[in-house]
Amino acid sequence: MADTLKTKSDSQPLLTQRSKRKVKDAFASPFASALAIVIAVLWSIPTFGLLVSSFRPAELINTTGWWTAFANPEFTFDNYTSVLIEGTSTVPPLWYYFFNSFAITLPAAIFPLVLATFAAYALAWFDFKGREFLFFAIFTLQVIPLQMSLIPLLQLFARGVTIGDVTIIPDLGITGTYIPIWIAHTIFALPLATFLLHNFLRQIPRELVEAARVDGAGWFTLFRRVVFPLSIPAIASFAIFQFLWVWNDLLVGLTFGGGSQDILPLTVRLAEMVGTRGSGLEALMAGAFISMIVPLIVFFALQRYFVRGLLAGSVKG
Amino acid sequence: MIDSIGPNLVILVVGLLVFAAVFFLIFLLAERTSVKTQEVLRYAVFLGPALLLLAIGLLYPAGRTIYLSFMNKSGQEFVGLENYIWAFTTPEIQIVIRNTFIWVIVVPVFATIFGLAMAYLTDRMKFASVVKSLVFLPMAISMVGASIIWRFVYTFQPDEEKAEIGLLSAIVEAFGGEPNNWLLDAPLNTFLLIAVMVWIQTGFSMVVLSAAMKAIPDDIQEAAMLDGAGQLKRFFQVTIPMIRASIVVVITTTLIGTLKVFDIVRTMTGGNFSTSVVANEMYTQAFRQLNYGTGSTLAVLLLIAIIPLIWYNIRQLRLERTER
Repeated sequence: MADTLKTKSDSQPLLTQRSKRKVKDAFASPFASALAIVIAVLWSIPTFGLLVSSFRPAELINTTGWWTAFANPEFTFDNYTSVLIEGTSTVPPLWYYFFNSFAITLPAAIFPLVLATFAAYALAWFDFKGREFLFFAIFTLQVIPLQMSLIPLLQLFARGVTIGDVTIIPDLGITGTYIPIWIAHTIFALPLATFLLHNFLRQIPRELVEAARVDGAGWFTLFRRVVFPLSIPAIASFAIFQFLWVWNDLLVGLTFGGGSQDILPLTVRLAEMVGTRGSGLEALMAGAFISMIVPLIVFFALQRYFVRGLLAGSVKG
Repeated sequence: MIDSIGPNLVILVVGLLVFAAVFFLIFLLAERTSVKTQEVLRYAVFLGPALLLLAIGLLYPAGRTIYLSFMNKSGQEFVGLENYIWAFTTPEIQIVIRNTFIWVIVVPVFATIFGLAMAYLTDRMKFASVVKSLVFLPMAISMVGASIIWRFVYTFQPDEEKAEIGLLSAIVEAFGGEPNNWLLDAPLNTFLLIAVMVWIQTGFSMVVLSAAMKAIPDDIQEAAMLDGAGQLKRFFQVTIPMIRASIVVVITTTLIGTLKVFDIVRTMTGGNFSTSVVANEMYTQAFRQLNYGTGSTLAVLLLIAIIPLIWYNIRQLRLERTER
């Protein structure tokens, strides 16, 4: 009895190993790999085509297909230099919108993360009545379409809130600056960020928190010394996600940019260029790639964090 | 306009500094207060800002948008259900609603199937990460950028003397077909726009499903193999059931994202040529026609469409939390 058991358990690893290789071989069939590569190449062709075109002289872009560029190569940086640096009499060059995109994205990524970490800390570690309700309410808010907020929020920024003659929120005089865009992005990011960070902060060992409390740390010191340093990886992961979300956003920038060219981000400018007949294809192509440079750098440099943030944060409104 | 870069830079720097200074000061002062004060103060500092912003920026606006949906253009006069009747009886808006239905069915189905296929094909592949990066890349760029990429694919050369520069036209021509002004051709154009969204979303579903497949224990696949299950049978009877929860997440997430699709429609066609969807039409009504009544109504319709998903999500979260 004991012997049979022993042989059984001895032979097990051998079997597992052999069949493991079999399983692996079955999956890694050359056909499957070839098919995956074909799909990936097909997926890249549209982007690749635009990339190649963006380096071709304007007259060639408009008269021959980009695939002919390999037979008689003729490439130039002119499209990039002209759209990025020269601009026109009515519209500034793209580097200006590039700056705006940064000026919008930096605070719009930092503000919600700080506030969400605060709220997540409270929801995870303060004991109070209605905590569970609040948690579910915030969770629900994250899928409310932001279209529900656009009109009232825009009116609020433009003229405050009054009921009858009573002013609840005064006209703040901030239209035409970055501030409404920052605030809007901050608000729209809060529910998801709070929810995700809460899930993370709750995993901090209770003993650690209690030990700090026993040592006489108040709630504020506890946050600064223990909770915040421990949650930096989670915050960083979400920061990348939020940064790209804001950088790539069109709707919020378009709505709260309020027609003032001075503060519009790249995406809004590009969408405008598509709409106007005057701007040529070559400017649009170069412009598109200029707007993609930052996301692509972030994507290739921080892919693992980006994927993690995306996996966790895929339901944002 | 370039002149405004100075003041803009000032606003940026001041904005960041003020934000940092406020919380630095609050912490500095709060840590010095008595334990009793801190018990009360902690709610105001940690919970207060977020709740205030959510109330002002999401709750109040949601209520007001519902209110505005029963009002006229300027929001001054009560019109009852007129805007809702308008939404369901105006032919153009009927097309908008029909298009939205097509989007929310086609995009999740195809994005999930393609993502599933890619996840499966690359599951045990060498250099899978390179291949997967290529499919995932559209997820990182803006939808405006993606739309510009695809507008170029769909370009049409009306002058027959000149060569086609759009890939689609060139391929159709090469196979003896007649190129077309694709984006004007309803209802085909809606599907061409949908293709862009599928192109973007496939990367997402691939990444999620790939992670789920990696989590299936090898023993289970082995056992099925030793039982003589072929590759197809294993895929449908082991892999798919094992990752069902992730498939549901992918479908619901893609569905919510698709329901609110705005950038692609706005950039590709501006919602013209019968391609508009509810999210785009909402923007057009509210901020182009300046009709807050109909704009709000369309936003409310979006919300109503999402309610079943919200309910489902809450139920899932409840289950998750009781399991722990």
